[in-house]
Amino acid sequence: MTQSFVAIQGLSAISTRDASAPVLRDVSLTLEKGEVRGLVGESGAGKSTIAKALLGILPSTVKITGGFIRFEGRDLLAMPRRELADIMGRDITLIPQDPQTALNPARRIEAQLTDGLRLRLGMGKTDAHQRALQLLDEVQIRDPKRVLNAYPHELSGGMRQRILIASAFALNPKLVVADEPTTALDVTVQKEILRLIRRMQEAHGTAVIFVTHDLGVVAKICDSVTLLYAGKVIEDGKTPDLLMAPKHAYTSALIAAGPRYDRPDAGLEPVPEAVFRQLRAEIGIAERRV
Amino acid sequence: MGDLTKTATTMDTAFRFRSLPMKTIKPLLREPRVVIAGGFLLILLLIALFAPYIAPKDPLEQDLMLGNMPPANYPGAEPGYYLGTDDLGRDVLSRVLYGSRIALTVAFVAASLSAIIGTLLGLAAGWYGRWADRVISRLVDIWMAFPPVLLSVLLVAVMGSGLHSVIAAIVIIDWTRFCRVVRAETMAQARLDYVMAAQTIGFSRSHILWREILPNVAPVLIALVSLEMGIAVIVEAILSFVGLSLSSDIPTWGGMIAQGRQMVHHGWWVFVFPLLALFATVLAFNQLGNGLRTALDPVMRR
Amino acid sequence: MTASDLLNRLVMAVLTLMGVAVIVFCLLRIVPGDPVAMMISPSATPADIAALRAHYGLDLGLPQQFAIWFGDVLKGDFGTSISQRRDVLELIGGRLPATLELAFAALVFGVLTGGMIAVLGALARGTKLDPALDFINGLFLAVPDFVWALALVLLLGVFWPVFPLSGRIDPGLTTDFRTDFYLIESLVTFKFAAFADILAHMVMPMLALGLPLAAIVVRTLKEALAEAMVQDYVLLARLKGMSPLRLVLQEALRNAVGPTLTLTGVQFTFMIGGTVIVERIFSYPGLGNMAIDAVINRDLPLIQGIVLTFGAIFILVNILVDLIAAWLNPRSAAHG
Repeated sequence: MTQSFVAIQGLSAISTRDASAPVLRDVSLTLEKGEVRGLVGESGAGKSTIAKALLGILPSTVKITGGFIRFEGRDLLAMPRRELADIMGRDITLIPQDPQTALNPARRIEAQLTDGLRLRLGMGKTDAHQRALQLLDEVQIRDPKRVLNAYPHELSGGMRQRILIASAFALNPKLVVADEPTTALDVTVQKEILRLIRRMQEAHGTAVIFVTHDLGVVAKICDSVTLLYAGKVIEDGKTPDLLMAPKHAYTSALIAAGPRYDRPDAGLEPVPEAVFRQLRAEIGIAERRV
Repeated sequence: MGDLTKTATTMDTAFRFRSLPMKTIKPLLREPRVVIAGGFLLILLLIALFAPYIAPKDPLEQDLMLGNMPPANYPGAEPGYYLGTDDLGRDVLSRVLYGSRIALTVAFVAASLSAIIGTLLGLAAGWYGRWADRVISRLVDIWMAFPPVLLSVLLVAVMGSGLHSVIAAIVIIDWTRFCRVVRAETMAQARLDYVMAAQTIGFSRSHILWREILPNVAPVLIALVSLEMGIAVIVEAILSFVGLSLSSDIPTWGGMIAQGRQMVHHGWWVFVFPLLALFATVLAFNQLGNGLRTALDPVMRR
Repeated sequence: MTASDLLNRLVMAVLTLMGVAVIVFCLLRIVPGDPVAMMISPSATPADIAALRAHYGLDLGLPQQFAIWFGDVLKGDFGTSISQRRDVLELIGGRLPATLELAFAALVFGVLTGGMIAVLGALARGTKLDPALDFINGLFLAVPDFVWALALVLLLGVFWPVFPLSGRIDPGLTTDFRTDFYLIESLVTFKFAAFADILAHMVMPMLALGLPLAAIVVRTLKEALAEAMVQDYVLLARLKGMSPLRLVLQEALRNAVGPTLTLTGVQFTFMIGGTVIVERIFSYPGLGNMAIDAVINRDLPLIQGIVLTFGAIFILVNILVDLIAAWLNPRSAAHG
């Protein structure tokens, strides 16, 4: 059996503050080379936790109680720190959520963009400068010279996110974890950024784990999707299949809850309480976590 | 309408003030710094009050035959003089104990007066704003351009030595500390919603200042008073050290330290013990102030 | 800050200094003691006393005295010292370099020591060392320069006498200095023996002044660094593979310096005021030491001159700190 590029199997985690509240319940998902998989769920569903576990930056308030995360066949959870440090930032990178806080306000863009190049690839100053210009070109920033010399506060949110995307793809990673990269942006900019991510992903052949709460985003750029609720995988599959023919009531309810351009007269339907009751019964939760 | 609102505020204020002690004392006692530092200062207060009964010898009594005796357990020590004697044969222990009287008197009086003056001006600057603020702030700026020690030395030299001039000097210099903090705090409070609510009900500006804002400024103030007491003790010690505070007969820690400095090679005990007393006292005031600030903050913040 | 801001500040500075001048002038004239009385010999006649008083202008009305004095000051004439019979400006000029060197040495010591410990604290975040550092620093914060000076006299002067307890330079060493900046001059002219000696004399007063400053730097910088270290950009940098030390120095430090700078600047002005007593304790021949003597001797012109000098230093330091803060802040137009 060919091993998947990334395979999460039976991942369970609890909160260290309240051991009776599982954060992840036996989560399993796979990712192939070059595949874009969406991790969808409401707040607290566990999608961010999975992303953080992939990157090795779980907070001390979360403890993994079982399962493994295999990356190219090796379990990330059991790896020694030095090997992990080697992989993180080069083979697995992050596109963060908030472009406001993800860039150092006191350093120019060039310095921040060339950090990885010089540290990991040992590039010299001029080479890194050239490469940085190329990267900015790839993410379609006009006037890259000015941008390189600028400070983050001089640039718009959309531009900053492009830079972060460029930074994520700079070292030709094998996997990019995108943590709700469009949530903090204006709606008009979101579409462009999504398209950019897709384009970069296709050009570099990178696999992407795309964390989001928005099914609309999933529809646009994800090949496959995993839907989570309260730390448990409710449904997963290829995007067209899941969206057209959802198997679980929660999935259909979520789809119905989203605004549809082709049916403007259909109101926004909140997810019915009955669905939540069914979910809770299935998972085994006593009451709705607010 | 007037009567109704008056009753409402009176009841409200009374209710708030009545529950004040209970609400505030418990968390205070939970803060270790308050307990330990407060305890130490309480003991110090008792020492100061009962010094005549506690001190083994008369602090002013000289006995040249017993000059420069080392503290107990050292070779050549004189029994009964536990911390040794100075070169005039005066008992160091007794003098250190009596020194606490001056230190605490100056601390309490100077800190309280500075607090009152500084707070009044700070409230005025922060609440009435514009003209009052500009004048008072300019005054504070000028005041703070003086090096404090130099100014205090100057003032005491001008006013002549004596406890009253020491206290006056400290008050004149340090009121600015309170003024700044209270002004900032008042302005911060003034922006909060409850002030706007009070204004819409129709309370007068002064009423709001005294009944609404001041109680919320109080926690910061109380902590600062404690810190200020520590500073007052230090300033008094510096003035005594320079020889400007009181007549050299009356035992002050600063005076003893100055004396000890001269004979530090052959009589270190005259230098060390008052210094330790000074340090412990200042540390206690500091920790008490810090502890109070932490303990009072979440409770009183609306 | 813009040029007009700077101009504004300077104008305010002059006005503030004037206020200082007025206040000190008036204070000294309320004095019960008579300065002239201290200068005369017992056999002086009332006529002599009157003449002396007239010479110093003490017989005129208060506003007149102030006008005369201020007018002179603007011309650069601070009058003649009553106790030392020399030109006030000359006297101040002679002592100021010593104090400036001391203050600067203390500043460097305080900032470097405090900075290193703060960085250490940032690296030790989350470990047991973290609260321990806070606690120790809390103790250091409670000790004012006066108490440090005394403790140092005891420890390093008496118990382990490694450093000289008083003065600025060994009188035996040749004093053919051209300027009064002994430390700088000896370094620049390669008089290393003298340099070492001057430095040795400076160690204790420098520690006494610098340790409180270091404690403040530790407290503010450590807190600012801790705040910066939990930001997203530090996380990203960590993922890129930066070592912890590099994270602190390259990513966090720049963002932490801003708030620290203002508070450190304030503390520095306090420190300058502290030179008065610290110099006294170590018999260091600086401006502060002379100030106390001037006060004890009721030397009005000298006192006024010294107070104005200190005031000017205070204000200039404040403006300088603001300028540096603006220069460091990438969001301001003044950024370098």
